[in-house]
Amino acid sequence: MSSDHNTPGDDGFHRADLPEDSMSRDGVNAPVPVAAEATPVVDPRLIVREQGVAGYLGEFRRRIGSGELGSLPVVLALIVIWAVFGSLNSSFLSAQNLSNLSQQIVGTGMIAIGVVFVLLLGEIDLSVGSVSGLCAAIFAVLNVTHGVNQWVALISALVGGALVGLIQGLFFAKVGVPAFVVTLAGNLAWNGVMLQILGANGTVNLSGNDIVSRLYSTIYGQQIAAYGLAAVGVLLYLGSMLYDANRRRRAGVPYRPPVDIAVRTVLLAVVSFVVAYTLNQYKGLPLALLVFLIFIVVLDFVLRRTTYGRRIFALGGNIEGARRAGINVSWTRISVFMICSTMAAVGGLFLAAQIQSASQTSGGGNLLMNSIAAAVIGGTSLFGGRGKTWSALLGALVIGSIQSGMNIQGLSNAIQFIVTGAVLLAAVVIDSLSRRTQLAAGRA
Amino acid sequence: MTVPPTAAAPVLALRGISKRFGAVQALTDIELEVPAGQVVALVGDNGAGKSTLVKSVAGVNQPDDGVIEWQGRPVAIHRPQDAQHLGIATVYQDLALCDNLDVVGNLFLGREIRRFGVLDEVEMEKRSRELLSTLSIRIPSVRIPIASLSGGQRQTVAIARSLIGEPKVVILDEPTAALGVEQTAQVLDLVERLRDRGLGVILISHNMADVMAVADQVAVLRLGRNNGVFDRRSTTQEQIISAITGATDNAVTRRKARGTEGNE
Ligand SMILES: Nc1ncnc2c1ncn2[C@@H]1O[C@H](COP(=O)(O)OP(=O)(O)OP(=O)(O)O)[C@@H](O)[C@H]1O
Ligand SMILES: [Mg+2]
Repeated sequence: MSSDHNTPGDDGFHRADLPEDSMSRDGVNAPVPVAAEATPVVDPRLIVREQGVAGYLGEFRRRIGSGELGSLPVVLALIVIWAVFGSLNSSFLSAQNLSNLSQQIVGTGMIAIGVVFVLLLGEIDLSVGSVSGLCAAIFAVLNVTHGVNQWVALISALVGGALVGLIQGLFFAKVGVPAFVVTLAGNLAWNGVMLQILGANGTVNLSGNDIVSRLYSTIYGQQIAAYGLAAVGVLLYLGSMLYDANRRRRAGVPYRPPVDIAVRTVLLAVVSFVVAYTLNQYKGLPLALLVFLIFIVVLDFVLRRTTYGRRIFALGGNIEGARRAGINVSWTRISVFMICSTMAAVGGLFLAAQIQSASQTSGGGNLLMNSIAAAVIGGTSLFGGRGKTWSALLGALVIGSIQSGMNIQGLSNAIQFIVTGAVLLAAVVIDSLSRRTQLAAGRA
Repeated sequence: MTVPPTAAAPVLALRGISKRFGAVQALTDIELEVPAGQVVALVGDNGAGKSTLVKSVAGVNQPDDGVIEWQGRPVAIHRPQDAQHLGIATVYQDLALCDNLDVVGNLFLGREIRRFGVLDEVEMEKRSRELLSTLSIRIPSVRIPIASLSGGQRQTVAIARSLIGEPKVVILDEPTAALGVEQTAQVLDLVERLRDRGLGVILISHNMADVMAVADQVAVLRLGRNNGVFDRRSTTQEQIISAITGATDNAVTRRKARGTEGNE
């Protein structure tokens, strides 16, 4: 592999041809493709990763050193939180509590997915709490009070969310009002609209067998459901990894070594089947969790594998650069705000189903803070350009675990808020520090 | 042996371009012609308006006045996309790369290769490696974020990026400012290859040796105005430098200058 491309003699050869013989026809260029074939773009200083365990440890250390922490801090935090609450009270790690937890995090988690999109732009949406309440109210009032078909009510709620995003996005992207201000105003205004829609009564109870309630409360009791999902997930993952590695190998670009794929797949399989086993110990696979996972996977695909997702990342990295690359900045921004508000609507519907009503307090309290905190705790950067939808799951799990553990311990809300606040601060500190080390390690 | 196509019609022509930033008249009535298969060097002191002119052509800034002609026809370039569609590729002085995206992501930003509607990372990576190696650019990996490259490596990535998508005119705004000896040589080599392929090239540089090595014509800007277009073969470096510094403004200004001296 280490061809003459990297040897000084070769460099001299290139140079010698250069200045005078300016008519660089094929003759002069001939050495270049040859060199390209032999060794494409290899820097002799590049630290090549070793194979096997040593390679993993080396890579791991390098990543920590250069601030590419990814999901590591939050996974560690989750382990610590579970260890602490598990040791304080054995019922915390019971199948029942964990199953309930997997349902309870869905509302906040769905909203957090939308927040991830906005954070990727380097912006913030402070209206998600109110919007979630508003859309829950739209559904409840249409379906229960006016007897509208449940599907029509559901679609109306989601379209309502998208419209909110469109309005806020237009003000942000076209008028140029900072997103912070637009959505802060929205937070108040949409809450007002919700109160207006709910009317004098103030609370609308769901019927209990509407589509939204069933989405939340359905649990697939058959053992095969949870295990099957785990198996399908692992197989899809393995299949896509193998397919990708194969294509890369044939195209002659670096690919993941089989060991690497095997280790990752085994890790995923262990986690998935432990989760499936735990769920099956109680009632089974909750539909809400399944829907949440589907949203995460699909939107993760959108972010990482589509042109649209690439544009979002580009905007988070360098707005002017993205604009000069021909990206339609305004439209991308508006659409991201629409996604965020729509996800807020989805989350709001799950939250309404959880308490079986839409009320004046819907979308209030610390929901907004929790959703943003979930995205950030999960590892999505506040500075834009870095993050994934999986942050929503991890972050919502951390916050949900703290709440659940504290409730079991009988601790007051006060302590809960303090601890959640501290965890959020820790997450932001990690984000800032890793950004700093990244800059330091990144720029020569 | 190979005579550059001298009589070629300009693929890109600027007629009377003016641009004002607040109180600064950055460009006044600029004329510039870029024939296909020629390298036009654009030189001038700092703040002469070179980058501003480039941005007007690239659709980043809107000129206040003047016409841009593309292959003989006036065109409207309102957005960077318009310039891209015409076939104008630009390497900006400030590079305009996305730090958080990797090299491949940056190279193909705005013109990603897709397969079944999904990003074709494998194909993009393959082409990136081919492209970078023909420019003999050495970077640790095409999969590391731009943030972790050195200034010169970024610059080479920005140059490589302009070559994706079959441009007809390539504009390079100080492409060699941060480059080492070997990479500068490679970029100059590249400029010549582009010219030989029949592309029009606008090269902005403060390095006279580079300019004299590859340019066919040298257009001088001074304080936002044209200050002469020179044929490289019949001009000395000194003549160009004096045009840049204003020593050869024109007869009128010289007499004025003499007149003020005489009064003292
Ligand atoms: N965005 C802007 N806003 C206000 N003034 C600007 C802006 N961009 C450029 N200018 C002004 O326009 C003039 C020309 O700037 P320009 O960047 O085109 O110079 P240049 O010839 O590229 O210089 P250099 O060789 O230093 O790159 C300068 O006086 C500068 O201050
Ligand atoms: Mg400039």
